[in-house]
Amino acid sequence: MTVLGSATAMTLCERMRRVAAIAATHADAVDTAARFPREAVDAMRQERLLGCQIPVELGGDGASVAEISELCTILGQACSAAAMVFAMHQIKVSSLVSHGEGDDWHRGFMARVAGEQLLLASATTEGGIGGNLRNSICAIEVDGDTCRLQKDATVISYGTEADAILITSRAHPAAASSDQVMTVFLKDQYTLERTHVWDTLGMRGTCSDGFLFKGEAPAKQILPRPFAEIAAQSMLAHSHILWSAVWYGIAADAFVKAQAFVRAAARRSPDQVPPGALRVAEASALLQGVKASIVAAIEKYDAARLDEDKLSAMSFAVAMNNLKIASSQTILSIINHCMLICGILAYKNGTPFSLGRHLRDAHSAQLMISNDRILGNTSTMLLVHKQDTSLYG
Amino acid sequence: MPIIEDVRKIIASHGKLPVDVATLADDADLYAAGLSSFASVQLMLALEERFDIEFPETMLNRKTFSSIGAISSAVAELAPGEQVA
Repeated sequence: MTVLGSATAMTLCERMRRVAAIAATHADAVDTAARFPREAVDAMRQERLLGCQIPVELGGDGASVAEISELCTILGQACSAAAMVFAMHQIKVSSLVSHGEGDDWHRGFMARVAGEQLLLASATTEGGIGGNLRNSICAIEVDGDTCRLQKDATVISYGTEADAILITSRAHPAAASSDQVMTVFLKDQYTLERTHVWDTLGMRGTCSDGFLFKGEAPAKQILPRPFAEIAAQSMLAHSHILWSAVWYGIAADAFVKAQAFVRAAARRSPDQVPPGALRVAEASALLQGVKASIVAAIEKYDAARLDEDKLSAMSFAVAMNNLKIASSQTILSIINHCMLICGILAYKNGTPFSLGRHLRDAHSAQLMISNDRILGNTSTMLLVHKQDTSLYG
Repeated sequence: MPIIEDVRKIIASHGKLPVDVATLADDADLYAAGLSSFASVQLMLALEERFDIEFPETMLNRKTFSSIGAISSAVAELAPGEQVA
């Protein structure tokens, strides 16, 4: 834990552990009712964790991506939906911190996020774009000091619960579909009309309903950098790293249960190696692989952040895409191993070894930004990018 | 033929831009003109084939392909025998 050895990191983790304790007691209820993990998010506010990434001079903790990843993993072991809400909020905050620092309005807004513990949601998906968030159909219209936007947002996770929404659109009505901007709209600056209901296999508590978004706000709330830059330089890495940290947390919790199951069996019959013991060893190796991939990606991101060219290089995009593919696929194998180890007690709900929720939640990982789409993008890049085959490169 | 003319031709056939390449200045932002990341890779492949070059890893970024002028300079760097304009 050398990266997280600082006093700030220790208190951040302690604060998140208190949130996780609350989140764990409500995780089944959140899942069953597909409701917002309100108790967990209230606890995040109580512990002032919604602003942890905001720079210290603006009232936050200035937490690093490594520290925020650890927080996602802690919460992911308690309630996947609450952890994913926290991760998605932090991904939005990263856009502000990475691209809004030089701008008065956005600096002021960051201070408000930390001071008032505002929850930020994202509206990047749109009906008709085929899931590619780097394209928009809707366009923001700037009229003097005011901007207006209407968007058929097929997914806005916890949209009705958010205090502000960061929303993408074309930069102006004549702009190409890939010429996009991102704008902050505060809760009193928009209306949401529900168009799709989030009734899903897993990750039920993220409440990722679809809405028709209509907003009007001062034009200075448009982020000063093109969305293409935001997406490539901070959102891609933050998304894949923080999501993976949540997924690792889900798999790690399943592993802890499976290991406890085998240890209990071993204590009952010390002369025999329990039948699941070998699978625990296999799952341990897989879990270590996921952990190593995440840590390596964080190190790569930290190194690249100081250099804009490295951040926009293909090698960086390929590495982040590879993290997402590897972690989203491997957690399913891990949880499946754990289910084989714990058997019917894992398959049944309401036992100390139940893994149904873990398995259902984990299945979202391959789909939130479809792995097929990501592999498609990576395969295009690999037509020209030559993979670095060294160990430390 | 000068590099920049070839680059314009290759963008016209592989860039999949929603606008006519002839209307774009040498320093116009190709991404703002609608160049997608997929099309930029096809563009790279076509340029590699035409000039018999290979873009090194350090050039595989957004900046290299941001304008007709930037692409031409990159090609000129890799194919010193060719004339830029």
